[in-house]
Amino acid sequence: MITPLPVSPASGETRRSGWLTILGVLREPTAAIGLGILALFSLISLLSPWLKPYSSRVASCAVFEPPSPAHWLGCDDGGIDVLSLVLEGGQVSMYVGFTAAAITIGIGATIGIVSGYFGGWIDTVLMRITDYFLVIPQIVLMIVVAAVWGPSLEHVIVVIGVLMWTYTARIVRAQVKSLRERIYIKRVIALGSGHLRIIWRHILPQVGPLLVASAVLAITVAIFNETALAFLGLSDPTAITWGTIMEHAFNRAAVSTGAWWAIVPAGFAVAFLIMGCYLFGRSIEDALNPRLKVSYLSPFGWQLRPLVGRGKDAL
Amino acid sequence: MGRASYLWKRTGFALMTVFVAITFNFILFRVLPGSAITRISRVPNASPALKKALEEQFGLDRPIWDQYLLYLKGLFTGNLGISYSNRQPVFDNLMEAFGNTLPMVSIGTILAIILGIAVGIHSAVRRGTVADHVSTNLAVLFYAFPTQFLGMMLLILFAGVLPSAGLHDPFAIGMTPWEEFLDRAKHMILPVLTLILTLYAENALIVRSSMLETLGEDYVLTARAKGLSRGKIISSYALRNAMLPIVTMVALALGAIVSGAILIEVIFSWPGIGRALYDAVLQRDYPMLQGGFLIITVVVVVLNYIADLIYFKLDPRVVD
Repeated sequence: MITPLPVSPASGETRRSGWLTILGVLREPTAAIGLGILALFSLISLLSPWLKPYSSRVASCAVFEPPSPAHWLGCDDGGIDVLSLVLEGGQVSMYVGFTAAAITIGIGATIGIVSGYFGGWIDTVLMRITDYFLVIPQIVLMIVVAAVWGPSLEHVIVVIGVLMWTYTARIVRAQVKSLRERIYIKRVIALGSGHLRIIWRHILPQVGPLLVASAVLAITVAIFNETALAFLGLSDPTAITWGTIMEHAFNRAAVSTGAWWAIVPAGFAVAFLIMGCYLFGRSIEDALNPRLKVSYLSPFGWQLRPLVGRGKDAL
Repeated sequence: MGRASYLWKRTGFALMTVFVAITFNFILFRVLPGSAITRISRVPNASPALKKALEEQFGLDRPIWDQYLLYLKGLFTGNLGISYSNRQPVFDNLMEAFGNTLPMVSIGTILAIILGIAVGIHSAVRRGTVADHVSTNLAVLFYAFPTQFLGMMLLILFAGVLPSAGLHDPFAIGMTPWEEFLDRAKHMILPVLTLILTLYAENALIVRSSMLETLGEDYVLTARAKGLSRGKIISSYALRNAMLPIVTMVALALGAIVSGAILIEVIFSWPGIGRALYDAVLQRDYPMLQGGFLIITVVVVVLNYIADLIYFKLDPRVVD
């Protein structure tokens, strides 16, 4: 005898919750600050050609001239205005960071979803490959590949993007594995939906917030790696990025002359952008982690009320 | 799955990874445009006969499989080739550099782990207080600064106060062993400090969230209901279980340690393995680059393997 499965109207509710988390997260000050920094940096770097006070290629003042009203952030070893350099460098660095992160998320999400969704030997093979990439010291591999391949911005982007997807693949796989066991996925399968449609319509929207978080965190790693590769002389020598600004300052004696203004602006720009990405990405990840919602050793006295989430969301 | 089979599996995986790295290393340097010969034979009046002789000498005229076997044989006898720049065996160069890297990196890493755990626990148990916000945001800030930036700032700040480059004072003669030790220790302060600042922040953030996860567990509530003291709950209940992610964290941080060490050695002219890799890149010294990549990979794989064993010791359930 076949009894019809009860169809609960609430089933749609759990499905939307992922994207609502991101909106909800923005009510937290740290997440809002993070997103704000990210937006501000993107805006500045888009407008940088018009914001630059001087040329970033032609000398406009004395060598290592300290900051002055005319040159707010001083000048570098070639008499080039540091503010203009940092503005242009930001544009290129963020381009490298964003594209490398996009490559990473593309590879990581594909491997994670395929691995978690299909399971079995596909999962075993893909996860074994992931394990190898996880263990091999990536920066050294990046150095070797970039050195062999030749210095160019595109090579740096590809090298960074192709080597750091392991983290995304693993968290996405874990999420997809648990999604696959959910009732609504089983129902869709029973209705005869194809794999591609299930993944596209039902899995991808659910992993969406996780992908946003991991993309934002991937930007931090990509920019770190870009500055490291540039510092080792493996980036395009003609491009201006935050990494090459620091490299030039170091190799051209900014440290021994005490010209901190040639280093500090680029360093702080990297730090602020990375802080922004980190705060935003972390907040989303934390909000998606239910285990962080309760603490039984809170300093605020004895409370069984959850620390996060009131009313309907409360655990 | 039994214990023995788990250990075998991990051992097999570690060996396999090293083997994959070795093979990758072989392939990567064979797909280079131009072989080692095109470089060496680029001399005035180089005849095709010279090129041929060199190819025969390096075994490059043989089929690729023979070359691969030759390469493997060389590796197992510790023959990684000859450095282009100083004409010394790569293996000897690397061993010397590794000996210089090890003390600096291990001291820095251990101190960074201790500091990270202390700061992380401190802010986790005071979640939401001013102390937590200050230490967490400070950690995020230090996490956000690139290693080379922190290193250069320390260099500018301590210029003249602490030695800024090298392993020891090259001009000091006739020092007693104690003075020599002090001199070396002084040279180590800035590199180690940079490494600590680079690594502690990430550790602190991971320990904090790992502790927060355990503090929400029911056994913490039970312990508290039994009337145990805060210190007791933290040390014997929460921290013990939070240790697992911490071991993973240290294993995963190995990559960060390696990249940090390379940048630090470049900044402080520390003649270690990172500096050797950097010089190899600058001089396009492929045998050194190849050897350096291999040795760092092997070290990282071995340390990961050790982390796996520690994990197994801490939590025998991982075999399931």
